[in-house]
Amino acid sequence: MASSDNPYDAAELPDLLPIYYRRLFPYSQYYRWLNYGGVPEKYFQNREFSFTLKDDIYVRYLSFNNQNELEKEMQKVVPYKIDIGAVYSNKPSQHNSVKSGSFHAESKELVFDIDMTDYDDVRTCCSSADICCKCWTLMTIAIKILDRALGEDFGFRHRLWVYSGRRGVHCWVCDKNARNLSQAARSAVAEYLSVVKGGTDAIKKVHLTNPIHPSIRQAITVIDSYFEDYAVNEQDIFESKETWQKVLALVPDEFREGLQTDFVKVRNSAERWKSLQCTLNTIHLEEIKLQYCYPRLDVNVSKGINHLLKSPFSVHPKTGRISVPIDVKNLETFDPFSVPTISSLCRELDRKTKEEQENTHTENGEGLEVKRRIRDYKKTSLLGPVKIFEQFIEKMEQSQKGQLLEQSDRGGDF
Amino acid sequence: MQFTRSTRRLRASPLAETYPFPVQFYEHPPTDNISLQDFENFAVERLKLLKSVETIGVSYIKASESYNKKLESELRKLKFPYRVSSGEKLDDYEMRRKDHISHFILRLAYCQSEELRRWFIQQELDVFRFRFNELQDKQQEFLQHNKLEYQTIGEEEKELQKKNLADSGGYGSIKISEWLFYKVYFTDVLELVRARKVFLKDGFVYIPHPEIAVIVLNEFRQRLSKSLALASRALPVVQSDERLQPLLNNLSHAYVGQDYSIQKNVGKISLEQIDGLAAKSYAPCMRQLHKALRDNHHLRHGGRMQYGLFLKGIGLTLDQALQFWKSEFIRGKVDPDKFDKLYSYNIRHSFGKEGKRVDYTPFSCMKIIMSNAPGQGDYHGCPFRHSDLELLKQKLQSYKIPPAGISQILDLVKGMHYQLACQKYFELSHNAEEVGFSLNHPNQYFIESQKLLNGSRDIKKESSQPENQQRNQGSQSTRGTSACVSKPTSQAESADMEGLEELLSDVYTE
Repeated sequence: MASSDNPYDAAELPDLLPIYYRRLFPYSQYYRWLNYGGVPEKYFQNREFSFTLKDDIYVRYLSFNNQNELEKEMQKVVPYKIDIGAVYSNKPSQHNSVKSGSFHAESKELVFDIDMTDYDDVRTCCSSADICCKCWTLMTIAIKILDRALGEDFGFRHRLWVYSGRRGVHCWVCDKNARNLSQAARSAVAEYLSVVKGGTDAIKKVHLTNPIHPSIRQAITVIDSYFEDYAVNEQDIFESKETWQKVLALVPDEFREGLQTDFVKVRNSAERWKSLQCTLNTIHLEEIKLQYCYPRLDVNVSKGINHLLKSPFSVHPKTGRISVPIDVKNLETFDPFSVPTISSLCRELDRKTKEEQENTHTENGEGLEVKRRIRDYKKTSLLGPVKIFEQFIEKMEQSQKGQLLEQSDRGGDF
Repeated sequence: MQFTRSTRRLRASPLAETYPFPVQFYEHPPTDNISLQDFENFAVERLKLLKSVETIGVSYIKASESYNKKLESELRKLKFPYRVSSGEKLDDYEMRRKDHISHFILRLAYCQSEELRRWFIQQELDVFRFRFNELQDKQQEFLQHNKLEYQTIGEEEKELQKKNLADSGGYGSIKISEWLFYKVYFTDVLELVRARKVFLKDGFVYIPHPEIAVIVLNEFRQRLSKSLALASRALPVVQSDERLQPLLNNLSHAYVGQDYSIQKNVGKISLEQIDGLAAKSYAPCMRQLHKALRDNHHLRHGGRMQYGLFLKGIGLTLDQALQFWKSEFIRGKVDPDKFDKLYSYNIRHSFGKEGKRVDYTPFSCMKIIMSNAPGQGDYHGCPFRHSDLELLKQKLQSYKIPPAGISQILDLVKGMHYQLACQKYFELSHNAEEVGFSLNHPNQYFIESQKLLNGSRDIKKESSQPENQQRNQGSQSTRGTSACVSKPTSQAESADMEGLEELLSDVYTE
């Protein structure tokens, strides 16, 4: 569904949000996720949520005793933004009545935030909050690389990737091991996964050691499958002197002049790319590819146990898009511009409801109302994302069951 | 090698059983009885060791040859164990026992705050690292004895991962075939993971035997950290023991080097000189106390202690002191009789002529900065630490310090480098380029000032303390100051807890 069919207008939010929270938000799946099977006890009850209300009013340390309370509050308050924080030692809503010093964050998913603006120095198509299908490839590459590393290197099994709603993606690593990591451990994981280092002042941001670490080599394999199409063709990094200078700034001094001369002589980007490949040592070439394509993550987001991150299925106020889970098995088909917006969803709902009313008798008015609410999201484009979410939760529940069985076997419980 | 019967008996002695290695994890607290004297001495010696470890760690790259040499000689000098010797003697076991006991005593002193814990753990870790490396081929035995068995990987897996192992750590393939590889969950070796220096698979890091030290160190750090947390909870019980309380309190706040308790210049100063000396050679803390005394003809207890002991340190005799204070207080409308009753006793006490008859030592900068903060109506403390910035600025202006100098001083104060600020003040007020010493005592300030103004004839210093001219401008501590020089005479008097101050080393904690 193209966005032009149902343009989103932020002014509509106050009208659309109540509908979204009443009829579309997948509360039961959401609760299943955050409750983690009720193990440990009070995990859901001690979780911090934060709401951003109309006029940017920000409320922290919200917590709920069960799904119903959460649902009621969201429907009553109609938050513009919802963030999920850590699970604390006590109910966040009661944090003021706890002895000072003893209220503290205990557990939280390991999270990653990839933001397209961090790639501005290597994107030619867009900058800042804009994205397009050309640079979205960077997110595809980032997800592939990080997902493999988190799974194969670190052994994390339950990784939920979510579109942020505007210009990036988030990853929620939900394994028990991951949720219980210390700040130092989270920071170490994030550093292990970081390759592009240095702020605006650093021109060359990637320095590899020789030999190349197996994890990086895996990353390079992924990048290689995209690089020519993405960088050479779409981004056209060799298009003009202006753009190829940036590439040449990354090569060792001794090669730069020669390459400059070559580049000018040669006719097109493809030839320049070839010239570069022939001239440079492998490791320098890899460094350039990594600088252009390797995932750039914000270590600070990952390391804080009490860090608050945008909730899946919340609405992005600026774009109207829903933060939907991404199907990692079909990354190539994900299109950020096809992600449902709150207005498109509401319109779909409207249309479907009208169709139903035309087709059915309202026999048991109440019963149908309840049924309608339960199945509403299924009538819209939210169905797909919720399915992905459900698959993710089911996999976790399977694994939790398995672990409990193991434990009870060991303990001899029946 | 011939075993004499006595040696064989030693090998079977309980000490040998308790301490099979020169290094340990300090899992079990000592259970034997020791004298208070030993308690104190052991603690003091370990503190000296840890302080040296810190200094050496700042002066040399850790684990380099020179570092190791220095550390070894320090351990030997202070008689702490570090090596497995071929013929283990009773001495070795005695040292291990001392090591054991002293560690646990210091735990009590250093568990009390986050900074103290951090400091303690860091130095203990460095000592442990050195000793563990010295074990060499006894390392496996040591680990087994301590029930640290790490999961190893089999030959097939090693073959399968050969390239990965080689590429992650930069090892040659021959070495890989030789070495035993362990699998450790990544949270136990965060530093290696962070630097991406190891092969990681399914959450497990593959570590070759030679690098097992990293894991062991981490284990040591974690255990110690936990124990310190536990100790701090048990502390109230220990502290309620009157014999131990002063010792433990002093251990974590002690001072290094010269204590100015023995004055070689006694009687060389006349009371008439004091006003002049105050203007020229007093550090701001004493200058402000002197001025307050002259202005108000009175000082409260904190001020009397700080200034009184300082005066003793610069060479006033007891009689001079009594006269000095009395004449001033009388001007403040204190009855001479009242003075004799209330104040003279205390002055005599601080000179060691009453009560316990301990010769109290003048306060070091550390002590002035860290303890007994001044309240309303007090003039003691350290102006750089305790004065409001605006007031400090005005004071410095009144002392005729140029504006550029004042801002330099204020910058240092904002960075919490109080002693460096005072040093800067010294430079500016004496028109000196660089002070050439690391300031940590008001009496030192006085002596150095007099030296500069009069040449070295007047005050003879024992030894130029502190020798390492480490001007750690960046660091917030005076840790660069020398390893200490203890006063043998005062050591004899240290049967009393008070005497401890002279013996102990400085720990600057923020």
